[in-house]
Amino acid sequence: MLTAILVFTLLALVLGALLGYAGQAFRVEGDPLADKIDALLPQTQCGQCGYPGCRPYAEAIAEGRADINRCPPGGEATIKALADLLGVEPKPLDAEVGEEKPKRVAWIDEQLCIGCTLCIQACPVDAIVGAPKLMHTVIVEECTGCELCVAPCPVDCIHMVPLKIELDHWRWPNPEQRREIAEGASSVHVPSKPLEQHV
Amino acid sequence: MSERILHRFPGGLHPAQHKAESNGTPIRQARLQGLLVLPLKQHIGNPAQPVVAVGERVRRHQLLGRADGFVSAPIHAPTSGTIVAIEERPVAHPSGLSAPCIVLEPDGLDEAMQAFDPWPDFRAIAPILLRERVREAGVVGLGGAVFPSAVKLAGRPGIPIHTVVLNGAECEPYITCDDRLMRERAGEVLCGGQILMHMVGASKCLVGVEDNKPEAIAALHAAASELDDPRIEIVAIPTVYPSGAEKQLIYVLTGERISREMRATERGFLGHNVATAAAVYRAVVLGEPLTRRIVTLTGSGMQHKGNWEVPLGMLACDLIAQAGGYTPDVARLILGGPMMGFALCSDEVPLTKAANCLLALAAHDVPVDPLPLPCIRCGRCAESCPVELQPQQLLWDAKAGDFERAEKQDSLFECIECGICAVVCPSHIPLVQYFRYAKTEIWQREREKNKAAQAKERFEARNARLEREKREREEMLASRRAQLAAQKAEGETASAAVDEKQKAIQAALERVKARKAALQASAEDTPSTTTVAEAKEYDND
Ligand code: SF4
Ligand code: SF4
Ligand code: SF4
Ligand code: SF4
Repeated sequence: MLTAILVFTLLALVLGALLGYAGQAFRVEGDPLADKIDALLPQTQCGQCGYPGCRPYAEAIAEGRADINRCPPGGEATIKALADLLGVEPKPLDAEVGEEKPKRVAWIDEQLCIGCTLCIQACPVDAIVGAPKLMHTVIVEECTGCELCVAPCPVDCIHMVPLKIELDHWRWPNPEQRREIAEGASSVHVPSKPLEQHV
Repeated sequence: MSERILHRFPGGLHPAQHKAESNGTPIRQARLQGLLVLPLKQHIGNPAQPVVAVGERVRRHQLLGRADGFVSAPIHAPTSGTIVAIEERPVAHPSGLSAPCIVLEPDGLDEAMQAFDPWPDFRAIAPILLRERVREAGVVGLGGAVFPSAVKLAGRPGIPIHTVVLNGAECEPYITCDDRLMRERAGEVLCGGQILMHMVGASKCLVGVEDNKPEAIAALHAAASELDDPRIEIVAIPTVYPSGAEKQLIYVLTGERISREMRATERGFLGHNVATAAAVYRAVVLGEPLTRRIVTLTGSGMQHKGNWEVPLGMLACDLIAQAGGYTPDVARLILGGPMMGFALCSDEVPLTKAANCLLALAAHDVPVDPLPLPCIRCGRCAESCPVELQPQQLLWDAKAGDFERAEKQDSLFECIECGICAVVCPSHIPLVQYFRYAKTEIWQREREKNKAAQAKERFEARNARLEREKREREEMLASRRAQLAAQKAEGETASAAVDEKQKAIQAALERVKARKAALQASAEDTPSTTTVAEAKEYDND
């Protein structure tokens, strides 16, 4: 009995010491807070916040160098999530950095593209494919809508277009908002043909 | 036959039936009229991939689009004609959006081809081949869920299916297409049940039909006695909405409660709609792909009510016109029933494998949506929910945007969207709309999260690449520089070697000089031993 207690106490001590050592020796480098903040940012990598990408902005917030309301693509939802994470009050988007806009993607007018590759160099996520002197195309699935490719284009052939809603990605409207719309107007759906005939 | 003890699921509703309006006349065949618009996606899963080109002539039952992946289904031509377009067309969806469709212009000849070998003696065919047949014939759940039947038949590895449950409950008001099918083609339905049993090795087939369909039940009994198969049991169940929901029906028939996390197949039950069973029969015994379905036309806004068998792809407006059109005071057109259906924005949309009912309501029948009042926490929604959820709590979650809680804690995805909670709520809160909204919102956030992760990965990969390219350039420059330096140095190496030699000579000379001096000194001091001793001591220090 006594031996058992002794053995286990010893074991506990040795293992505890080992764990303690391991904790010191294999400590993960990096900033866990910045990681958490980075995970909430939209990863558009547009730089509108004034930092060269989402990660640097996340680090700046973690170090208290930047406010939480500087990411236009993330908008209100991101500000709220950041406020929740950091335990501070949400605030409106800083007007200085721009405004929240609906999601768009880049589209290259292939008739005009001269294949200069400037847009490829500007795109932070390699969403543009093409070779020198050949026309370029945007991979819609990869494009984050950061608009960084628009300015460098010497022939202005890149346009930001609204993202087409796929049937599978369609969302039911929020009943709260629908009620606001419906007030005053009739919310009744009428089939097209009878509409012409009878109304 | 011994009486089966039936069970009563919690909650439920007894809505007005409205069945007699459309179930009195036999199924009529719809005439081909106008273009057929066949959406590539008429099922759950990946859209079919077109295998025909614009301008191609096709025959009835010819493959138009093949299944793309495991969870997918092919589509076939409902008649002969020419493919005139493969493009986006408006489809029957609450959004009113368009989706890719194959457009077929019928030539009126209705020339058929034999798509598959008929297998009247299906018992001689291996189950795996039958399953493949069901898949190739494009059979999907015709009760409205349109889940590919072959995927369900594949089941779960290691879990044998003991009971096939044929769902003839048709619990939603107004809809009677399954009722008419069971009355007129009971033999096909039950033979489909036999094929399903053979495919999965089940020893029992329960056919559940709500007791508001006595004619259908009688027809099934007659067909069953003809087949003389003791494994088949026709069961009349009480009429309670939603007894046709899969887990609810299994509970009513067997008392087996299938928990929220589980699927019926994981507990050894395979549920299929009666129309799906009939489609399985046609695919296997007759070798026909699924190209037609029965649609109920009904409601106070419809001139003539009844059931029509239509070629898939027929436009709703064409069918309605053929059936006599709307009444003058029609105000709303719904695809599906009043509980789970949705209002169509237009009737110029094709009827697909999912289209079980077109319900046109006259103005006086359209429910007025009074402005919702705040929830008074009366608990009626929770009492009536057949899944035993807490709708008032889910409503709170959805309103507060707390989707995480809705999903994880309050089991949002268990909600079958039966709509009962919204019907019973005294505050007229459209609860089910909140739940639909919350579900699609959660999916959207999931997609955004994935996209952000992908963008982050690509951004980091790009940065790493740029970094590597920079380093490589620098390394290249450095090695170039080193090379140049080496070339320059080559000229100097020779003289350096000379220097080295001279240095060595110099050193040797100095060593010799030092030794000479030492020798001289020792010659002078030899007698004095003390000095040597002292020197030794010094050495040892
Ligand atoms: S503004 Fe937002 S999306 Fe753009 S780089 Fe900054 S954090 Fe990223
Ligand atoms: S294609 Fe243009 S808008 Fe899209 S991610 Fe690249 S740079 Fe940004
Ligand atoms: S709609 Fe959902 S929450 Fe409401 S009663 Fe039906 S299953 Fe329950
Ligand atoms: S029925 Fe309506 S009022 Fe009553 S608890 Fe449910 S949501 Fe609230």
